[in-house]
Amino acid sequence: MSLASRDTMLLTTPFHSRVAAMCDLNDWGNWMGYTTPNAYFDVELEYFALRSTTGVFDLSPMNKYRVTGPDAQRYLNRLVTRDIAKLGINRVGYAIWCDDDGQVMDDGTIFRLGESDYRICSYQRADDWLAWNTLGFDVTIENESDTVVGLAVQGPTSCTILTLLGCTDLNQLKPFGMAHYTFEGKPLMVSRTGFTGDLGYEVWVPPESAEALWDQLFELGHDYLIKPIGGSALELARIEAGFLQANTDFMPSEEVVRVGRTRSPFELGLAWLVDFSKPLFNGRAALLKEQANGSRFRFALLDVHGNKPAEHSFILKGDKQVGTVTSAAWCPTAKANLAYAQIEMPHGAVGDELVAEIYYQRELHWTRLLAPCKVIEGPIFKSAKRWQTPAPPY
Amino acid sequence: MATSPPTLELLETVVNQYDAIVIGAGHNGLTNGAYLAKAGLKVAVLERNPYIGGATVSRELHKGWYYSNCSYVSSLLRPEITRDLELPRHGLQVVPFGGGATFMRNGDHFGNYSDHDRHYRELARHSKRDANAYDRYSADTSLQTKLIRPYLLRTPPDPTSLKPRDLRDLLEFARSFMNLGEEKLLDTIKFWTASVGDYLNEYFETDVIKAHMAGSGIIGTALGVYSPGTAYVLLHHYMGDVDGNVGAWGFARGGMGAIASSLSKSFQSFGGEIICDANVDEIMVKNGSVTGVALKDGTEYRAPVVVSNLDPKRTFLDIINPSDLPKDVLKKARNFKIRGSSGKLNIALDGLPVFHGLDPKNKLMAGDLHFSDSLERQERAYDDWKAGTWSKDPYLDMMIPSLTDPTMAPPGKHMMSVFVQYAPPKVEGREWTDEDKDGFEKSVIDQISNYSPNFRDLILHCETRTPREIEAEVGLTEGNIFMGELTFDQLLFNRPFPGYAQYRGPIKGMYMCSSGTHPGGGVMAAPGANSAREILSDLKRPNTVPGEYADD
Amino acid sequence: MTDYDAVIIGAGHNGLICATYLAKAGHRVLVLDGRSEPGGCASTREFATGFKVSDCAQWFSQFDRSINKDLNLDGAGLKLSNAKTTISLQPDGDHLTLDGDHIAGAGVDPVDQAAYREFRKMMQRFAKLMTHLYRGRPPKLVEHNWRDRFTLMKLGLGLKMMGREYMQDMMRIVMINIYDVMNEHFKHDALKSTIALDAVTGTNMGPRSPNTVYSYLHRATGEFLSQTGTTQVIGGMGALGAVLADVATKQGATLQLDSPVASITKTDDRVSGVTLDSGEAISAKLVISSADPKTTFRDLLGYEKMEVGMARRVEHYRSRSGTAKLHLALSSLPQFTGLTDRQLGERLVITPSMDGMERALNPMKYNEISTQHTFDISIPSVADASLAPANQHVLTAIVHYVPYAPDMGWEAARPQLLTTLLAELEVYAPGIGSLVTASELIVPSDLEASHGMAGGNWNHGELSIDQALMMRPFPGSTQYATAVDGLYLCGAGAHPGGGLQGLPGRNAAKEILKRGALS
Repeated sequence: MSLASRDTMLLTTPFHSRVAAMCDLNDWGNWMGYTTPNAYFDVELEYFALRSTTGVFDLSPMNKYRVTGPDAQRYLNRLVTRDIAKLGINRVGYAIWCDDDGQVMDDGTIFRLGESDYRICSYQRADDWLAWNTLGFDVTIENESDTVVGLAVQGPTSCTILTLLGCTDLNQLKPFGMAHYTFEGKPLMVSRTGFTGDLGYEVWVPPESAEALWDQLFELGHDYLIKPIGGSALELARIEAGFLQANTDFMPSEEVVRVGRTRSPFELGLAWLVDFSKPLFNGRAALLKEQANGSRFRFALLDVHGNKPAEHSFILKGDKQVGTVTSAAWCPTAKANLAYAQIEMPHGAVGDELVAEIYYQRELHWTRLLAPCKVIEGPIFKSAKRWQTPAPPY
Repeated sequence: MATSPPTLELLETVVNQYDAIVIGAGHNGLTNGAYLAKAGLKVAVLERNPYIGGATVSRELHKGWYYSNCSYVSSLLRPEITRDLELPRHGLQVVPFGGGATFMRNGDHFGNYSDHDRHYRELARHSKRDANAYDRYSADTSLQTKLIRPYLLRTPPDPTSLKPRDLRDLLEFARSFMNLGEEKLLDTIKFWTASVGDYLNEYFETDVIKAHMAGSGIIGTALGVYSPGTAYVLLHHYMGDVDGNVGAWGFARGGMGAIASSLSKSFQSFGGEIICDANVDEIMVKNGSVTGVALKDGTEYRAPVVVSNLDPKRTFLDIINPSDLPKDVLKKARNFKIRGSSGKLNIALDGLPVFHGLDPKNKLMAGDLHFSDSLERQERAYDDWKAGTWSKDPYLDMMIPSLTDPTMAPPGKHMMSVFVQYAPPKVEGREWTDEDKDGFEKSVIDQISNYSPNFRDLILHCETRTPREIEAEVGLTEGNIFMGELTFDQLLFNRPFPGYAQYRGPIKGMYMCSSGTHPGGGVMAAPGANSAREILSDLKRPNTVPGEYADD
Repeated sequence: MTDYDAVIIGAGHNGLICATYLAKAGHRVLVLDGRSEPGGCASTREFATGFKVSDCAQWFSQFDRSINKDLNLDGAGLKLSNAKTTISLQPDGDHLTLDGDHIAGAGVDPVDQAAYREFRKMMQRFAKLMTHLYRGRPPKLVEHNWRDRFTLMKLGLGLKMMGREYMQDMMRIVMINIYDVMNEHFKHDALKSTIALDAVTGTNMGPRSPNTVYSYLHRATGEFLSQTGTTQVIGGMGALGAVLADVATKQGATLQLDSPVASITKTDDRVSGVTLDSGEAISAKLVISSADPKTTFRDLLGYEKMEVGMARRVEHYRSRSGTAKLHLALSSLPQFTGLTDRQLGERLVITPSMDGMERALNPMKYNEISTQHTFDISIPSVADASLAPANQHVLTAIVHYVPYAPDMGWEAARPQLLTTLLAELEVYAPGIGSLVTASELIVPSDLEASHGMAGGNWNHGELSIDQALMMRPFPGSTQYATAVDGLYLCGAGAHPGGGLQGLPGRNAAKEILKRGALS
């Protein structure tokens, strides 16, 4: 037995050698225990790569679980709130799962690889919950987090670059579709999915293909202005696109200690993911009750006046504090000051006019700003390219 | 016959006259004295030993090495008290340690890391499922910790009393539980009545992981890992904090004696007096009120308030005339359960022992180290205690404070503290003999040696303490380190006995402030403080004792 | 319209009682059981030709008399023996007798005798308080409605009315162990261990284990509600089942035996009936299960038909047992040292000291067979000749502690254990071994197989405090209604637990009626 425990020290992904070589700023963060870059060379420029050319983000630390067996679909349908039977083979769906009280535990994407063959991809770890869910089902769950690694290749030139890599006819792939290719003799799977709200793909390979994949992508993509992007840039893009982030916009319910800090799908604006026509899914009874009796909170998308992001702000209605901001950013493409907030019912309906209490600092001088804000319907940033099939070349 | 001039007698009486006398200079007695003195009372703390501290002492028993030879780690010491009595100004510095591990028979180990991600990976090395379940475990256990922390620096309400204050306190207590909602409240009741073994089985599948955590449920108890009520004991090891980092443990720099020393300096800074070599024989009572104490050598100290920092059995059965006590108190004191179950070895080492499977430079070495890698082994160790003998395969809570605190041993050398479960208060019904003690010592040394090839050769000196030594030197009856077992019948409004759980004794002017009162044992100083609050209230003096910080 | 208003799974005493109350209220009830005779664990079986025993329950001592009255069981032919004296056998023949409040023999002194009277008085006072909780659903603590609040008020008032001393004592000891309480009250070793045995019977706990005072209190409450003392049912335990079946059917309930239930069916959001092993599907508004919770939820309903948090609670529900039954067919009446022939009809108890009980417990924890056991013996043929062939006798004993799955396997363990038990009996009844013509050991896994009781636990799940009262069997399913709409529990796995009290069945029926669940 080795005397040192360094094999369990800080982890790096199979792309690390390439990532480190490009991380000019040496600005690192810790995602799920992995050394990951916050930014490579400039947060803003990296973000713009996502919106104008192509940005590449190392997805390897995501948690992946393979679900197989005769009951795989029934199992998933009990797990998630949407009807997974509607998901066809080689299609991907966004899903959330809840505890018995209807509180959201996590969100993720579900890839259907075969008739009875799925992969769950989640930000949080779910080994324990997924194992408990197997009771009563003939299903096998395998943690694939280390055996499948991936890159998000997102942006207007992403389809072109990947086609050059060998993904023939990729431009025909519909949003949320999956296609299978090979790369240097090993499987390469592409899904038209992503966290940026734009044209983009996620590319999945076994770990031994990682470095070669990165090298080829960057070589082929050079003329199409491919850039590596870090967590900070991705965060900006996702806020602009209106996507929720666990541990930022909601707490995974099983980790919550304090009473009242969990949220139901209705309270996160995810009612569209709850399908009551399904016979049984976890949280159903509680959610039916909530639908009848009303929720405690509402998810509100706020268009905030001015250009100071409403980070960590309290939301006021008159004198009263009615909510808090969970995510906020000045969105460079939409040129809008957006914030996500949790607002106490009955406030926060679309059109409601509220005030964000913003504190911002310039050269160590703090200013308190009461910025008017309005609850709007959907994200301001809407990319046509995101839905276009065939996907455009740039 | 020459008679002493009346003026001298008068002087003597005046010289030995105090507003309050505290019996026992353990940390609770010193805390109690400090708050009373801070309120302006003239206070004397009487100590039987030539040195103060009770179970919070540092003793140089081998030249160059300092042993925290009873209590050995700090976490529960109330930060409100530390700050309020200015203990840092008086020399106290608690340094948190990280690390800790359970060594396994197969040469592997399970390490404890304070960093969440790092700890995840260590758990995952054994089981990915357990690593994930740990978050659920943390959340559920944190909930319990948060529930109880606000009540440490408070007097427990008396549910049998109709006094407005008690009713109000009871209601507030109940409300904090009701706010949890039905299901979480029931889960709380389940937690309070479950065994640590069953509790851990609801989260984890790996033996060594469960065993590592279960140890905190049996330390200092007369219970085993499958005995109901041991999950609650976990809280005593989770609810402390170092600088707001709840659950962290630390070393008092200079050994636990630094706690007693800083408390005594604080006490003296308020005008308090400490008198050592003062062995109290009896609390003097006249017409139903205390008048002071008499020492074994005849010296008398007078005061209208006498606070006992001795354990409840000793207090009511040794130093008070039975005719001064109501019958029910005598009966309750006799039935008070205070069975010791622990022993200790304090060892001076010539260097750092190497344990199988671990690089000696590994940070894990600085924390609590154990060898019982399964719940079964821990349960078997308990079987031995029930049979009246020391555990043949003992559970050890072993630490090397000199890896964090340079004052405990010369550079490059080390001081090792080994806390042992289980050791019975009597061996098969009879008193411990020196032979027994040697046998006990051997079982511990053997246990450690099984996992370290060079440990035995590094031993320069070993101080072994069975319940016999603990009782004889520290005054802890039957060697029970908590001054009374931590079972529900002796906790909260039942500690030490129902009807006497608010620090007041059955005689006017007589009080209790030891760990035998709420919130119980562990180096918390809370009993001493809570008791002072009650005394000052009875004396209609302004309160100097702080409430707890809002905890969020 | 559904086939029935309610289908009750299991024709054990609780199922039959529940059925009777519902039928009395005019509802259409079907009771199903896979066995050929009613009674469940209170049934009679001929284990050797002419020798009749009950698989589990051996004594009738905790049956709530209000049920007896409501259903007129006496009128329906239920016959009980006289109340038995408990005789705690000592190796030297000078036995300790416990008869009501009086104890004598074995050198017990007046101090302990007085202390025993005090102890009994105290326990009965506590039991009286508990009756507020036992004859009704356990109250919710936070989500209570006015009925629950009323129960809590009665409880609080009753607690205060006990007087300060009793109140303090109850709150002090209710969660701790019988060992310490015994040492507080008594000096006499055999007295302590005899009482302690009552605290641990049916469990896998030793006297030092906290929670044992609670299990003692449970039993004391049952005895207080029953007021019969320890008796046997004349005609064998199965006579109780027969009487209850008779009463149920006379009230209009339908009883279908030899009809094992394969599964509970669920349609949309609620339970809609059951399917039998035969394939027959029966629809009902409600399904009420008297099977233990694990069997009900895991095997009959299925985890895939409930939410995961609930499935997890079912998995965590503990049903361990260290209790076994020993049955002996004896060619003639055995001779017990120091006992008259008439006394052989009483309740005979053999137990080592409390420390000895702990030692006896240890091997069970490690899947090994003990060398010493406790016995709670009945020779029912003394008072009831119908249970054995003429002039022959049957002996049945409740034995502790046996492991669930000994490492050596039951095939090897059974004969070894039998030999050990007989040797232990020889000490008190010399020559008994030579009288044995047939013998049988019923261990927890046997009960699992024959009666579908998960873990073989007589209480259908451990009766420790965290699985008792408003936490029984687990949060979300504690007031007879479970978290699955339309599914109810009425067996020992529901409040207040086992012991042949009949209360789960009665309370479940009353709860269903009060809720109007069948309207």
